[in-house]
Amino acid sequence: MPVKKRKKDLNLMENLYIPEIAKGLALTFKTMFKPKVTMEYPEVKFQPPASYRGRPVLVQEESGVERCVACGLCSRVCPALAIEVRASETELEKERYPEKFEINMLRCIFCGFCEEVCPEEAIVMSKDYELVFTDREDAIYGKDKLLVPVANLKDRLEFLRNFK
Amino acid sequence: MDIWGIVIESVVKILFVLTIMLLTVSYLVLAERKVSAWIQSRFGPNRVGWGGALQPFADVAKLLLKEDIVPKAADKTLHTLAPFLAIFIAFSTYAVIPFGPPITLFGREINLHLADVNIGVLYVLALTSLGVYAITFAGWSSGSKYSLLGGIRSSAQMISYEVSMGFSIGGVVMMASSLSPVDIIESQSGWMWNAIVQPIGFITFLVSAFAETNRLPFDLPEAEPELVGGYHTEYSSMKFASFFMAEYANMIIASGMIVMLYLGGWQVPYIEKLGLGSPFTQIIQTLSFFVKVGFLLFFFIWVRWSIPRFRYDQLMNLGWKVMFPLSLLNIVWVAVVIMLFN
Repeated sequence: MPVKKRKKDLNLMENLYIPEIAKGLALTFKTMFKPKVTMEYPEVKFQPPASYRGRPVLVQEESGVERCVACGLCSRVCPALAIEVRASETELEKERYPEKFEINMLRCIFCGFCEEVCPEEAIVMSKDYELVFTDREDAIYGKDKLLVPVANLKDRLEFLRNFK
Repeated sequence: MDIWGIVIESVVKILFVLTIMLLTVSYLVLAERKVSAWIQSRFGPNRVGWGGALQPFADVAKLLLKEDIVPKAADKTLHTLAPFLAIFIAFSTYAVIPFGPPITLFGREINLHLADVNIGVLYVLALTSLGVYAITFAGWSSGSKYSLLGGIRSSAQMISYEVSMGFSIGGVVMMASSLSPVDIIESQSGWMWNAIVQPIGFITFLVSAFAETNRLPFDLPEAEPELVGGYHTEYSSMKFASFFMAEYANMIIASGMIVMLYLGGWQVPYIEKLGLGSPFTQIIQTLSFFVKVGFLLFFFIWVRWSIPRFRYDQLMNLGWKVMFPLSLLNIVWVAVVIMLFN
């Protein structure tokens, strides 16, 4: 094995170790009094930027109706087969609505393809990252959990308009 | 002096020292975690009690409830003996280190150390050398290659560094012309601290103390990335806790030794010039001992989180080719100082 040469030999002061160790100790001592970077989670919560992909949600208009027209594109594109949509007819202008819309959060990989493919901007990724369930049934989110008022999703919708 | 007086005095002193040792050990673990966190810009444990003040007790409760696992390949007797040996040695070594000047209480003179052994320094050296058996037993009896490697490393390392440690102490003993801890402390009155008179000896002793207590940068017997946990890989529950406590107790002993041998023990320079009454002077002197030990303990932790681990051959190089000649040089230096100024 060829012996690897050092870029630069240590000079006398560096070879004595002690001054270099003192330098290192001074650095760590200074660090002790610097502000901490830890976020103390339950009290302080991380506020993600608009580009953050949290759990996917359905946009609920101010009238209380979901934007989704149940085209099924999201369900088709989902690589993890997490979305299930069943369409039905409605008297409203959009004519179709999802009778059943379920996302299995154990399957979801937060890729954001559903959001990207949606023609109506009806399914978007939210900032919600606190996903806890105690059994597998709880992990299947129905419309009751997926619908989020449009007012709470302004950040993400604006981000999508600018960068998508 | 009646015999019962002596017995009661000794028991009270033993209880006092043991309580202080146990509390210091448990809070030293917390201090280690806190200081390491601060150095890495974190908070450290701050959930249990006030800002984490009860964390040590939570840890102890957890360790007590853990299952005690002994590997099938282990030598049961030695595997059980090793942690007890470690903790016994760690706690009995402290007996000879004085932590304050003699005080008068209830009309009797009380020495603030458990035993006035006139070869106290030798006693400490002998017991800390026994400490290597605990680690080697643990490594050998676990029936695991990692433990065995840790044990072997530990014995080689401790034997190498004991040489330079012994020679550094030689300088101190020459200055005091005595092996008794009390005489050694009294020989360092004023600013005649051995750390100032013989700085080379101080540095070699300090470095050897790090190696003796298996602390980073010389914690090769544990070396997590290479040896999992080294000699205590196969230990769990309170047996593991015993090793842990022994390690921290050894730190306290090493700090106490350094203070006793090089930093003037409980002496505060020129305190008698202040003209305080005798109880105040004695309280300040006793406190100064604890402050010095506390600073050294902080130094141990501080160094651990600043300096990376040495490679094994570097460790041996440093021990035999640098520390050993330096400690010999120190003896010559002390001899010259004694010749010129005495």
